[in-house]
Amino acid sequence: MGIEKITVIGGIGKDGEQEPLSVVEFRMGDIVSIVGPTGCGKTTLINDIELFADIDTPSRRKVLINGETRPEEFALDPSKNPIALISQHTNFLSDLPVDEFLRIHAEIRKTGDPDQLVAETLGFANQLTGEPINPKSAMTELSGGQTRSLLIADAVIVGNAPVILLDEIENAGIHRTKALELLRGYRKIFIFVTHDPRIALLSDYRIVMSNGAMQRLIITDQEERSVANEIRKIDDLLLELRGIIRTGGRIAAGEITGRLEAIGWDVRP
Amino acid sequence: MGCEAMRAVICAGPPTSGKTTVLKHVVRRMQREGLKIAYLKVDVQYADEDEIFAKEFGIPVKKVYSGELCPDHCNVMVLGDAMEWAEGEGTDFLIVETAGLCFRCSPYIEGAPGIVVLEATSGMNLPRKIGPMLTLADMAVVTKIDLVSQAEREVFRSRIMETSPGMNVVETNALYGIGIDRVIRYIKASAPLKYPMFLRGNPPVGTCTICVGKKEIGWKQHFGVLRPLEGDMFYRGE
Repeated sequence: MGIEKITVIGGIGKDGEQEPLSVVEFRMGDIVSIVGPTGCGKTTLINDIELFADIDTPSRRKVLINGETRPEEFALDPSKNPIALISQHTNFLSDLPVDEFLRIHAEIRKTGDPDQLVAETLGFANQLTGEPINPKSAMTELSGGQTRSLLIADAVIVGNAPVILLDEIENAGIHRTKALELLRGYRKIFIFVTHDPRIALLSDYRIVMSNGAMQRLIITDQEERSVANEIRKIDDLLLELRGIIRTGGRIAAGEITGRLEAIGWDVRP
Repeated sequence: MGCEAMRAVICAGPPTSGKTTVLKHVVRRMQREGLKIAYLKVDVQYADEDEIFAKEFGIPVKKVYSGELCPDHCNVMVLGDAMEWAEGEGTDFLIVETAGLCFRCSPYIEGAPGIVVLEATSGMNLPRKIGPMLTLADMAVVTKIDLVSQAEREVFRSRIMETSPGMNVVETNALYGIGIDRVIRYIKASAPLKYPMFLRGNPPVGTCTICVGKKEIGWKQHFGVLRPLEGDMFYRGE
């Protein structure tokens, strides 16, 4: 089915009170972040969305698709479910080789030519990982970052899900900027649960949560977009330093000052 | 609803697949609707679910250990008595939870919904391995879906459909009790039990009365090593 929008009708927070944000609408093509301190209910919110909560979860939220309650077929057949959730717990448990598993999934999904889908999925995943994935490896042998990269690639390409929920991908050991850049190439609703300012400010808007409730919706304005650019530079600098350490290098005393100046920051007293 | 209309559900599945968690959601909601439920647990050597159900829901419960007996054999022996017991309690629905047995038999009986509970984490080949426990069931409830990738969920489901075309598959999230409503709707739509009751499917080749093909439920209908619901097993023969 074609998805135009997903609507979340607010329920109750941890205190049993009505959520301040009573309705949120996600439209096709939106990139959204959900922010808030640990334990504030971010994961619960995306679980509600994934399950198409119908006042039957502890939050009492209701989730609509194109303005209507979820069709029964989503519950009957998960491959019809338009939402893919990549949670912090999601894992591959199968010890099939990566290429064989992707092929099986592609054959079930029937979204295109299986060989081509497998190649595209591996290509996508490998742009997000440090070490490329060996297609003959068992899925359970993949590293954490490789697993997460493959989960995302599989959901986007083989699953072709129109709505993708990603829980804290910054902790997944994958190339975030590359991920966002690649994901922007696909027209979907992306919802990130994140603590990462870079991801949050690259989103079109963000939902602020506390105490189990959706508190506010903040649209990323022009000013924040320019701040996002500065955050990107600093973040890239940290990634470069990480790269140096990773490849066995050392970091000299004046290194940071020099690098900050190189990106336009005057840090000398 | 009187005794005449009693209905039964047989729920099977490998150990730790989440049968008890699913059934707790089922009992809680059916009880809320004012239905009278009784619960029987058939296991091989250890079970405390009967106490859990008695404590949490205050319903009549019973437990049977098959012990030295073949568990499927035990199941056939005791179910007749169990139905009488549950009817005596004025029950609307008797829920029977049985252990994962030998994968050659199945515990389901004609005229009562058979539900198999499988965990998505148990490997994608499980549906191909468990034979009639799955293929003779009416409904397959898949648990622990939040722990595996969407891709594996889909493959798991497709493997169920491959061994059992037309199977009614329900994915559940035990944390929230999502999907349970469909299980309950199915149970409630079942017909009252008809006597005599018969085992579904054909048991494996063997030498006990069940193994040689006598499928009528209740120990009184059998010879050899027998086992009533109350009391020890004994031998009856000529």
